[in-house]
Amino acid sequence: MNAKNILYCGICSFPPEYCEFGLSFNRCKQWLSENNSELFNQLYSDEALANATSTLSLEKEEKISKDLLKKQQKEEARVERELAKKLQSKVTIKRIERNKRKHIISITGLEVFDIELKKLSKTFSSKFATGCSISKTADKKDEILVQGDLSDEAKVFIENLLKEKGLNEVKVEQIDDKKIKKKAAATGAPA
Amino acid sequence: MFKKFSKEDIHSRSNIKSSVQRGLKSNFVDTYPGLEPIIDDIIPKKSQAILIKCEDKIQLYSIDNEIVLFQHFDDLVPTLKIVHKYSDCFPKVQVDRGAIKFVLSGANIMCPGLTSAGGNLPEENLEKDRIVTVYAEGKEHALAIGRLLMSSDEIKSKNKGHGIELIHYLGDGLWNLQE
Repeated sequence: MNAKNILYCGICSFPPEYCEFGLSFNRCKQWLSENNSELFNQLYSDEALANATSTLSLEKEEKISKDLLKKQQKEEARVERELAKKLQSKVTIKRIERNKRKHIISITGLEVFDIELKKLSKTFSSKFATGCSISKTADKKDEILVQGDLSDEAKVFIENLLKEKGLNEVKVEQIDDKKIKKKAAATGAPA
Repeated sequence: MFKKFSKEDIHSRSNIKSSVQRGLKSNFVDTYPGLEPIIDDIIPKKSQAILIKCEDKIQLYSIDNEIVLFQHFDDLVPTLKIVHKYSDCFPKVQVDRGAIKFVLSGANIMCPGLTSAGGNLPEENLEKDRIVTVYAEGKEHALAIGRLLMSSDEIKSKNKGHGIELIHYLGDGLWNLQE
C-alpha cells in the first residue's frame, strides 16, 4: 500500500474539504480555485453543494452556518487589522556610543513581523562576525544588540528580509543616540 | 491535549538510539497491526528519529523534520498527517456534520454524534481506551484522533455523555507546529 498524496490548503493548512469550517473560508476558496481547479469544482460546484445536505434538521444547520459565518468575518477583520498594524509599524536601528570610538547598535520593532529574533541574532553574528544578543528594552520590548557600528549594513539586511515577506512599505529608521535625534535615512549614519 | 501547544512547550530534543528506534517501531506495529506492511515507509530502517520532549510528559518523535507520532505515557499515537497518508491502517469512527465544528475546536465527542444517522461506528466492538481516528459525514479525510472513553458497544447502548476523549485535531497546536 502506498502513501496517499494529500493536498493541504495553502491558507489554513487543512485538507480543502474542511476549509468551510476554518476561519478564512473565502481566502481558502480563492486559493483552491487558483491552485487546483479540479478539486475546487468537485467541492464547490452547485451540484456538490446541493448534495452536501446532512442528516441534521435545517434549523440546526442554519444556526451552525450562521455562527461560523460570524466567526469567519471576525477572523477576516482581525487579519486586516494585523496587516494594517504591520504596515504602520517601523523598525528602528539605534546607534549607541559605548565610548569615543566604539558603538553598538540596537534593533527594535522586529517582533511584529514574525521574525525569530534568536535566529536573526545568530545570522547577524555570523554574517558580520560580531557578538550579537537579544535583550529587553526598558519598555519590555525585545531588542537585538549588535556589537560594532553596523547600522548601514543592518539596515540593508533588514530591508531585504522584509522585502522577502512582501512588506516593502515598512520603514526602517536609523537613529543616532548622540543628541542629534534623527538622520535622513538616505544619507546614513556617519562613521 | 494539544489545544494550547506551542514552541515554548518543547523542552529538549535529542537523537534516539537505533535500538530504541527499533523498539519504538515494533511497539507502534503492535498497537496498530494494520501498519505492518508499511511501517518501513513511515519509519525507514536507516533513518534517524528525533525525540522531542515537551510539557506534560508528551514526547514527540520526528523523522526527516516531520513529526510522525507522539507518546503520552503508554499511548502511541500517530499524527494526523500520517493518518491522512495511511488512512486504512487505523480504526475509524465517524461523526455527523453537526459535530465537526465542535471537534475542530477541540471538544470531546459525545455519544449521540457517533450513533446518529450521520455517524458511524465499526461493526466489531472496539474496547475502551483504544485510539481511534475520527472521520466526518461527507468528508474523506480524518479530522481528529481520540481515545475511546467507553467501548463502542457501550456507546451504542448508553448513547449519552462523552464517548471519545479528543487528543489531536486539525488546527491544534501540534498540527500548527512547524518543524
